[in-house]
Amino acid sequence: MTSLLAELRGLSVSYPTAGRTAFALREVHLDIAMGERLAIIGESGSGKTTLALALASILPPQARLAGRIDWPGLARAPVAGRDVGFVFQDPGSSLNPVMRIGEQVAEGARRHLGLGRSAGLERALSLLQRVRIPDPEAALRGYPHQFSGGQRQRIAIACAIAARPRLLIADEPTSALDMVVQAEIVRLLDGLVREEGMTLVFITHDIGLASGFADRIAVFRDGALVEAGATREILAKPAQAYTRSLIAAHIDFASPRLIEPA
Amino acid sequence: MNRALKLVGRRAVSSIPVLLIVVVGTFFLLELASGDAVDAYLVSLGGGDAELARSLRESYGLDRSPLHRLWLYTSSLARLDLGWSVAFNRPILDLILERLPNTLWLMGSATAMAFALGTLLGILAGARPGSAADRVLSIGSLALYAVPSFWLGLVLSLIFAVQLRWFPTAGIETIASGKTGLDRALDISRHLVLPVCALGFIYLALFLRMMRAGMAEVWRQDFVLAARAKGLARSRIVLSHVARNALLPLVTMLGLQAATMLGGSVVIESVFAIPGFGRLAHEAVAARDAPLLMGIIVSSAVLVVLVNLLVDLAYAALDPRVGAGEPAS
Amino acid sequence: MSFLARFLRSPEGVAGLLLLACLLAMALLAPVLFPRDPLSIVGRPLIPPFADWSLPLGTDRLGRDVLAGLMHGARTSLLVGISAAVVALAAGAVIGTLAGFAAGWLDEALMRVVDAFQIVPPFLLALAFVSVVGASLPVIVLAIALGAWTGAARLARAEVLSIRERDYVAAARVIGMHPLEIAFKEVLPNALPPVLALTSVIVAGAVLTEAALSFLGLGDPNTVTWGSMIAEGRNVLRTAPFLSIVPGLGLVLTVLGVYLLGEGLVEALARKRRRQ
Ligand SMILES: Nc1ncnc2c1ncn2[C@@H]1O[C@H](COP(=O)(O)OP(=O)(O)OP(=O)(O)O)[C@@H](O)[C@H]1O
Ligand SMILES: [Mg+2]
Repeated sequence: MTSLLAELRGLSVSYPTAGRTAFALREVHLDIAMGERLAIIGESGSGKTTLALALASILPPQARLAGRIDWPGLARAPVAGRDVGFVFQDPGSSLNPVMRIGEQVAEGARRHLGLGRSAGLERALSLLQRVRIPDPEAALRGYPHQFSGGQRQRIAIACAIAARPRLLIADEPTSALDMVVQAEIVRLLDGLVREEGMTLVFITHDIGLASGFADRIAVFRDGALVEAGATREILAKPAQAYTRSLIAAHIDFASPRLIEPA
Repeated sequence: MNRALKLVGRRAVSSIPVLLIVVVGTFFLLELASGDAVDAYLVSLGGGDAELARSLRESYGLDRSPLHRLWLYTSSLARLDLGWSVAFNRPILDLILERLPNTLWLMGSATAMAFALGTLLGILAGARPGSAADRVLSIGSLALYAVPSFWLGLVLSLIFAVQLRWFPTAGIETIASGKTGLDRALDISRHLVLPVCALGFIYLALFLRMMRAGMAEVWRQDFVLAARAKGLARSRIVLSHVARNALLPLVTMLGLQAATMLGGSVVIESVFAIPGFGRLAHEAVAARDAPLLMGIIVSSAVLVVLVNLLVDLAYAALDPRVGAGEPAS
Repeated sequence: MSFLARFLRSPEGVAGLLLLACLLAMALLAPVLFPRDPLSIVGRPLIPPFADWSLPLGTDRLGRDVLAGLMHGARTSLLVGISAAVVALAAGAVIGTLAGFAAGWLDEALMRVVDAFQIVPPFLLALAFVSVVGASLPVIVLAIALGAWTGAARLARAEVLSIRERDYVAAARVIGMHPLEIAFKEVLPNALPPVLALTSVIVAGAVLTEAALSFLGLGDPNTVTWGSMIAEGRNVLRTAPFLSIVPGLGLVLTVLGVYLLGEGLVEALARKRRRQ
C-alpha cells in the first residue's frame, strides 16, 4: 500500500439546530492515500459536503467536530488553500462578482507562495492557460459574469490549485453544468491531478461518473461510511445492499463513458 | 466607461417627465398660494395703485386661464427663468445660485463623513457578527438614528461652542475677517464641523446599520466560503470579499438619501444660521414668498436628479455587472 | 408558541413596548392631570426645575408649566406620527395596488408620480404645503404623509405584481369578479403584511418631521409640541438649556421606542416564519 495523506479516525460532525444536535457525519474511519483519486458518493444530505469542509478545515463556526483527522502525508496541520484546494459546486456563486479574475486567481498564490502583485498575476496567467481559458491575457482583467458556466468552473479550479496544494477537493463540480461541459471539466481535473501529482477527492451523486476515473470509491449514507474500496471491486462485488442499489440505479452500460480509464 | 455613460444618459432622459410632474405639482401649490400673492405684495408696499396691480396680475398671468398660466410657468422655467422674488426683490435664480454653494459644502461634507465613518464602523461591527463590538455598535447606532438633527445641533453647539468654545456657534465663516486662501478654508471648515455632525450623524447611523446588515448577508455567500478555502487572511476576506460586496447597496442609498438630506439642511442651516439653500426656504416661508419657495422646490428636484446621476456613475464604476450586455468572451 | 411569547423573547421589542407604553400613558393622562391649557401662563417665568413642587419641572420664558407642556406634547407627537403613518400607508397601499394591478399606461403614470415625489425633499414639500395651506393639525398630518407614502406604494406594487399571477387570483378572474374587486378584496390583503412592516420607520420619520416643522414655527400655533418647546427654549439656551434639552429627550425616546418595537415585531415574525 502507498503512503497515506490523511487518516480520518472516528470523525463526527454535528450542527446544533434548535435545541437538539443533528449529526451530519457519524464516526467515519477513512484513509486517503497519497496521489489517489477518491470518489465520495452518496445521496443528498448524506454528509458529503460536510466531510469535504472538514478536510479543508473550513466548517462553519457553529459546527462541532469530534474524532480526528491525521495528516501523515504532511509535516504539519494542513493550511486551507496551501495544502488543500477546494472547488465548489456552483461556479456562478463561488466567484466574487466584483473582483477581477486575475486578482481572484492570484490571491491564493500571493498569500501562500509569497508572490508580489505582478508575480501573482503572472502565476494567474499561467494557471488560466493551464485550465484552457481562451485569451487568458484578457481574462485576467475580466469579471465572472463575462464567462460561461464551464469557463467559470475552470477559473474556480485555477483558483483552487493556485498555491499548488497536495489535495484537491471537488464538491460536485459538475452538477451545475450541462452534460458536455461536465465531461470537459472532469477531463480537465483528471489531467491536472495526473500532471501535478495531486490527490483528488471528487464528490458526486453519480456513481457512473465516479467509476469513470476514480481509483477508489467511498459510499456514504446518512452521515455514515457504508463501504470504501477500489473502484473495480466496489463495482464488481459491492458488499452492501445499499451500494448495489446505487449501482443498479445509476449505471447505464449503454451510455458512453465520459472519459476512458487510464 | 462607455457602458456607464450610456446608462446615465438613459437615466437622464427618463428623468425629464418626472421633473415635469414636479413642475406641474409646484404650479398647483403656487396656484393655491398666488391668489393673494399680488395682494400680499401690494400690502408690503403699503398699498399700491390699480395700475401696478393690473400689470402685476398680467405678469403672473392671473388674467388668463390656469392652463395658460401653467404653460407660461413651464416655458419660463425651461428658459431658466424662475421668476422674481418679492421678498428679496431679486431674481429667484440668482438667489438660489448664490446660496447653493454653502449647502453643497454642508451636504457634501456630511455625506462624506457619514459614508466614511458609517462604512468603517459597519465593517467593524460586521466583521464578527454577534461580537461585543457588533452589539455595542448596533445599539449605539439605533440610538443615534433616533436623534432629531436640529436638537442634536443645539446640544452640540451648547457643549462645543457655548461651553467649550472649540467651534463657532453660527455662520459659515467669520464675517469680514479678510481671510483668504487656506486661512479662509480653515475658517469655513471650523464653522462647518458642528453642522456637519448634526446633519450627518443620522446618516452615519443609517450607513453603519446597512453595512452591518449587508455584511451579515454576504457572509453566507459561497464566494466567501471559497475565500476561506483559499486560506486568505481574515482581514482580506472581510475587506476585499465581504465588505466590498456589501458596499454596493450603500452607494444606492446615497442617491436615495440625497432628497432627505437636502430637506434636513433646512433645519440645520436655520439652527446654525448658515446662509444656504435650506435657510432660503425657511426665509421664503417666513416672508410668504410662494414663487421663491416653488423655485426652491423645483431646483432641489433638479439637484436630486443630478446627485442621482453621479451616484449611478459611481455605482457603475463599482459594480462591473451594471449595464453588461452579452458575455465578452 | 404564541406570537406574544415570541415577541416577549426579544429584548428590543420589550424595551420598545415599555417606552411607548410610558409615552402613551403620558399622552392619555395629560388632559386629566393638566386640564388647563398648557399654553396658559401659570407662574413666574423661568422657574428652575425641582424648585417649586406645584410646578415640578419649572416654567419657561413666558411662565408656562414645562411638565404640562411635555405631557401635552407627547399627545401631539404620537397623534401626528400615527395619523400621518396611517394616511401614508393607506395612500401608498391603494396607489401601489392600483399601479401593480392595472399595469400598462396607468402603472407607468403612477410610478412616474412616485418618482416625482421621491426627488422632492420630503421636508421641503411639507414646509411648502403647510405654508401655502396654513398650519393646523390635519394639514400637518397631510403634509407629512405627502412625503412618506412612496415607499409603501413601491412595496405594495411589487407585492401585487407577484401575487396577481397566483392561482386564487386566476380563480377569481374565472368566476368573473370585477378587476377592482379582485384588486382590493383578493390581492391587497395579501400584499399588506410587508407594507405594514414599514410602519415603524414611517411613524418615526413622521414624529421627527412634525418636530422639525414646529421647531421652525410651522406647527399648529394652538397646540404645544415638543418641537415648539425646543424652539422656545432656544432663546434662553445659555441660561436655561434644560428647556430645550428635555423635550428633545422626549423625541429621542419616542422614536427609539418606535424603532425598538418595530425590530421586536419583525424579529418575532421572522421566528414564526422559521418555524413554519
Ligand atoms: N450549516 C449547517 N447547519 C445545519 N445543518 C447543516 C449545515 N450544513 C449541513 N447540514 C446538515 O447536515 C447534513 C449533511 O449535509 P451535507 O451538506 O454534508 O450533505 P451532502 O451529502 O453534501 O448533500 P448534497 O448532495 O445535497 O450536497 C444534512 O442533513 C444537512 O441538513
Ligand atoms: Mg453537498
